[in-house]
Amino acid sequence: MPDQTQSAPLLSVSGLTVSFKTERGTASAINGVDFDLKRGEVLCLLGESGSGKSVTLRALMRLLPERRSRIAGKVLLNGEDVYAVPERRMEKLRGKAISMVFQEPMLALDPVYTIGHQIAETIVRHEGIAFADAERRALDLLERVQIPSAKRRLKAYPHEMSGGMRQRAMIALALSCNPALLLADEPTTALDATVQMQILLLLRQLQAELDMAVILVTHDIGVAAETADRVAVMYAGRFVELGTARQVLKDPQHPYTAGLLASTVHGNMRGHALEAIPGAPPDLTNLPSGCAYAPRCPHADAHCTAAPPSETWLEPGRMARCVRARVPAAAPV
Amino acid sequence: MTALHRLDPVADVGGPHQPLLEVRDLTKHFPVRGGLIGPKPVARAVDGVSFAVAKGETLGVVGESGCGKSTTARLLMRLIEPDSGSLTFDGEAVGTRLGLSLRDLRRRVQMVFQDSYASLNPRLTIADSLAFAPMVHGVSRRDAMEVAGDLLGRVGLDPTSFLGRYPHELSGGQRQRVNIARALALRPRLVILDEAVSALDKSVEAQVLNLLVELKRQLDLTYIFISHDLNVVHYIADRVLVMYLGKVAEVGPVEAIYGRPAHPYTRALFSARLSMDPDARTSAAPLQGDPPNPINPPSGCRFRTRCPHATAVCAEREPAPVDLGGGHVVACHLHEAAHA
Repeated sequence: MPDQTQSAPLLSVSGLTVSFKTERGTASAINGVDFDLKRGEVLCLLGESGSGKSVTLRALMRLLPERRSRIAGKVLLNGEDVYAVPERRMEKLRGKAISMVFQEPMLALDPVYTIGHQIAETIVRHEGIAFADAERRALDLLERVQIPSAKRRLKAYPHEMSGGMRQRAMIALALSCNPALLLADEPTTALDATVQMQILLLLRQLQAELDMAVILVTHDIGVAAETADRVAVMYAGRFVELGTARQVLKDPQHPYTAGLLASTVHGNMRGHALEAIPGAPPDLTNLPSGCAYAPRCPHADAHCTAAPPSETWLEPGRMARCVRARVPAAAPV
Repeated sequence: MTALHRLDPVADVGGPHQPLLEVRDLTKHFPVRGGLIGPKPVARAVDGVSFAVAKGETLGVVGESGCGKSTTARLLMRLIEPDSGSLTFDGEAVGTRLGLSLRDLRRRVQMVFQDSYASLNPRLTIADSLAFAPMVHGVSRRDAMEVAGDLLGRVGLDPTSFLGRYPHELSGGQRQRVNIARALALRPRLVILDEAVSALDKSVEAQVLNLLVELKRQLDLTYIFISHDLNVVHYIADRVLVMYLGKVAEVGPVEAIYGRPAHPYTRALFSARLSMDPDARTSAAPLQGDPPNPINPPSGCRFRTRCPHATAVCAEREPAPVDLGGGHVVACHLHEAAHA
């Protein structure tokens, strides 16, 4: 009987690695990711393209193509080992215990069924209730995600809705069976600025009302600042920094986080050259042997290229994967 | 003298005070399917847009999807034909019998697009892509290749290692540098950057923005910088044009637009900016709903359906542009009344 008390984490990930076979060789997408997530907690994975943030989300839901990917490590959801249970069990967990909102709702929703039908079908499948009852629940859900004239929208097809409405419908579908964990992969990146803010506020409100845990993947520091309890900064398939949103965004300890904050245009920076990070993210088929950020890092020295730096825990919950990170008040070497 | 000088620069005609580009009443309606009875439905993508670009400035153009900012860019390059309206480049009318030919226009105006990969011919090496336009304009192949090498150096790519490569061998940031180099190959005076940094990672975006600022200074360029990112536009633009559903909502110097936004839509756009501070989160969305469809835009002021200040007059007639002073112009009935 798995431990399901309040103190046990909802999700526990340890030693997760993922690699893909590609034409150019093996791409090491995830190179050791470990974290726990509490019930009702919002974690943002912040990183650039190729940092492994979306692959991490898909790995949590066991959505990666099993033939082409090599996955190792352990993902415990509510005490259940996601990679040890049979696929039949996984189908039950997906949508019920853990569900996902994608960047492009047009691609994620089925174009030939109405929104109401898709939501009701999911509820029937997981809870075995009558279709008519499930349709009533679908209506409640559309109202919950603040879709105007929800009753009429039940009968709408995805292509009949605007981008913002589709993303609301996608969220309603993901919430249809009250998941304990919602994964959101760049949920507002494809939306206009004024709509993005509406959707972020909706996600924040629903998360609080339902006391749901959320892992939100974004490349946008602003999205993390607006939503996250904790932020994990990813680079080349690893967490390079982890802490509360305030710690990571206001007092970055890893040079990459500091560089990302400095190179993001915000406020009034007119007339000043931007502090760009030189170079480009590394090639995942040919990662440097040491710290993956060393080739772009202004502080890199021989220690950095010798071996990948291990995690330095600055205080409980506060990690930086950098040889320069020092525990406060530690005796000088 | 560098190889870039083999193509003579286009001389300035009207002096520093004549606008480099003047756009008057530019209109483009795209036909859409449907409408068996009555008039054929059209999407009013750009609907009577007028503005000017001064020599040496960067004009930022902001607005949400469907506001017509990319269509405007394509109309300026004449990649699509306008339904009506006129373009004047440094005093010369574009596309008229006695004015500037399209061939001449495209030597003077070049463009960089958002999708760095789709913008390059995948079968041409970087050298061939860069040399293509100069050769079309009569530069010998040998000289054009030299121009290509010089251009790559200017955008921060080592010619010896990049000239022979194909687009797929480059990262997104490197490809966008090549697209910028190619846009400069004909020594244009105006470069239109249509979401040119939007697809890049933040760390790379900053590099490319620095490069654009540097090139503008070196080559005496004028930019039209189209973006949905208000922070980036604030950084790079001298003047800002705000578009909504095919119309100009507000235009003015960057300090005025960012310091004293006058149009309710501009204010809403600013309040929808994400906070960078987890201790100062946004508490309310400035607008409800999505931008309406340009196929059947609202009557009168197009923003009235989402505007918190809308009154009866907003549905009746379109607001006329009101000059608030210092080149800050807004199209809104609130200001029309105040300045009557």
